Amino acid sequence: MPQQNSINSNLLSVNEGKVKGVSRRNFLGYLGGASALMITAAACKNNDSPSDNGGVNLGSGDVGVLNYAYALEQIEAAFYTKLASSPYNGISASENALLTDIRDHEIAHREFFKSALGTNAIPALDLDFSSINFGSRESVLNAAKAFEDLGVSAYNGAGKLLVSPDYLLLAGKIVSVEARHASYIRDLIIPGSFADNTILDANALDISRNPLAVLTIAAPFVKTKLNAGNLPNS
Amino acid sequence: MNVTNILNEIEKIDPEVYGKLNSRRKVMKSFANISGKLALTAVPLAFGSMFQKAYAQSPGVPDIVGVLNFALTLEYLEYNFYIKAVASGIVPAGNDLNALTLIRDHEAAHVNFLKTAITASGGTPVSFTAASFDFTAKGTFPTVFSDYAVLLAVAQTFEDTGVRAYKGQAGNLMSNNDVLTAALNIHSVEARHAAHIRSMRKANGGLVPAGVDVKPWITGNQSGIGTTAVQASYNGEDLTTQAAVNIVNINGQIISANAASECFDEPLDKESILAIVTPFLA
Repeated sequence: MPQQNSINSNLLSVNEGKVKGVSRRNFLGYLGGASALMITAAACKNNDSPSDNGGVNLGSGDVGVLNYAYALEQIEAAFYTKLASSPYNGISASENALLTDIRDHEIAHREFFKSALGTNAIPALDLDFSSINFGSRESVLNAAKAFEDLGVSAYNGAGKLLVSPDYLLLAGKIVSVEARHASYIRDLIIPGSFADNTILDANALDISRNPLAVLTIAAPFVKTKLNAGNLPNS
Repeated sequence: MNVTNILNEIEKIDPEVYGKLNSRRKVMKSFANISGKLALTAVPLAFGSMFQKAYAQSPGVPDIVGVLNFALTLEYLEYNFYIKAVASGIVPAGNDLNALTLIRDHEAAHVNFLKTAITASGGTPVSFTAASFDFTAKGTFPTVFSDYAVLLAVAQTFEDTGVRAYKGQAGNLMSNNDVLTAALNIHSVEARHAAHIRSMRKANGGLVPAGVDVKPWITGNQSGIGTTAVQASYNGEDLTTQAAVNIVNINGQIISANAASECFDEPLDKESILAIVTPFLA
């Protein structure tokens, strides 16, 4: 895929600067990030990476954050693809149309990250939606709400992890669309719950979550083992 | 444990380990790490010392207080708009009035949050009162508080514009993780509002031009509002290429131009936002 590779090199060149020397504080901060998912003390050995849990390695730096977003978009896209192919009982024409829109948005997000990451992209994940009853409006919409609110909190929490302002802007372009989805889905479940106090804090701010928290919540839907241990933590 | 060994191992699997610990991070890390350990309620109080440190260490850092005051201006605009909207007597009781009241209260909370953050930073918050605003936009919307469809159209414009404004400023906040995250956490709330207001407009009818659909997300650069006065808030939203990647039918998927424009919201810079907002200032 030469086209993807050239896009990839353009997109990812921002993060290739090397600075010699690392302060003890920053180094410890780095290790703190490496504690994210099932990290062992393997750093003392020569035959293991310090964070090798045998899972798919999301990578480090901005690439790692983009792969993290790519993983989440894979989940959302697959969920809405399944929803659209077998709509729940009693779905209205309006709901069907807008949920199909959301499917297309999530597929576009997924494919965008895949293209942007090029050869750095993690493989397609093996997903498991068996806990969701796709015939039931309540089951499906509650799952959709959980995915959308989770996605909003994930992007909000990932902003500070990014070094490139270009990626930050792209994440910003996506997160507000996820928030629009969340708002719509919530209103489908309970009219007027688009931004209620079950999701906002006392300052009327959305919440943000770090990758460990997000991936823990997403874990029941992901069969593929992920290694997020190299993601930045600030 | 041998620290040198660990570093060597990390560098083997992550050659970017030194690259990611770049100058921005080195400069900002000291206070970002400290504030990260504070309780959420204490964060605004910690802003002051963080900013002083930031300015002392990095004179070239963007004017974060300036960005916060810009955001505060927009929040005052929205807050005062919803105060009048809720009091107008033309909003149907029930879900509609409840929603606009909830949004009013969110904007009030955003105003207070930003004021606290700016004051704690040693800055002076901008101040506006009801008299500061002209929601007819110098006569463009003379029936803003007597015609419900117009009221909702102005609300939609404010919310969609607010989303674009916060998005446009995110890059200017990268030097401070806490401020950046707080701004992102407001940004997505404005997007939730926008989606809900858009659904309210669709339910209320009267979209212009006739036959246009207004969805919770922005299709092309359509506002569904019958005046070109709001078009500046929607221009550029029809972008279908992101980071040189064409989103339409990307990687063999069937993605229409409409979906490609909907799935990415676009930013606006400060000057464009101020040009949109200025007619609403008395």
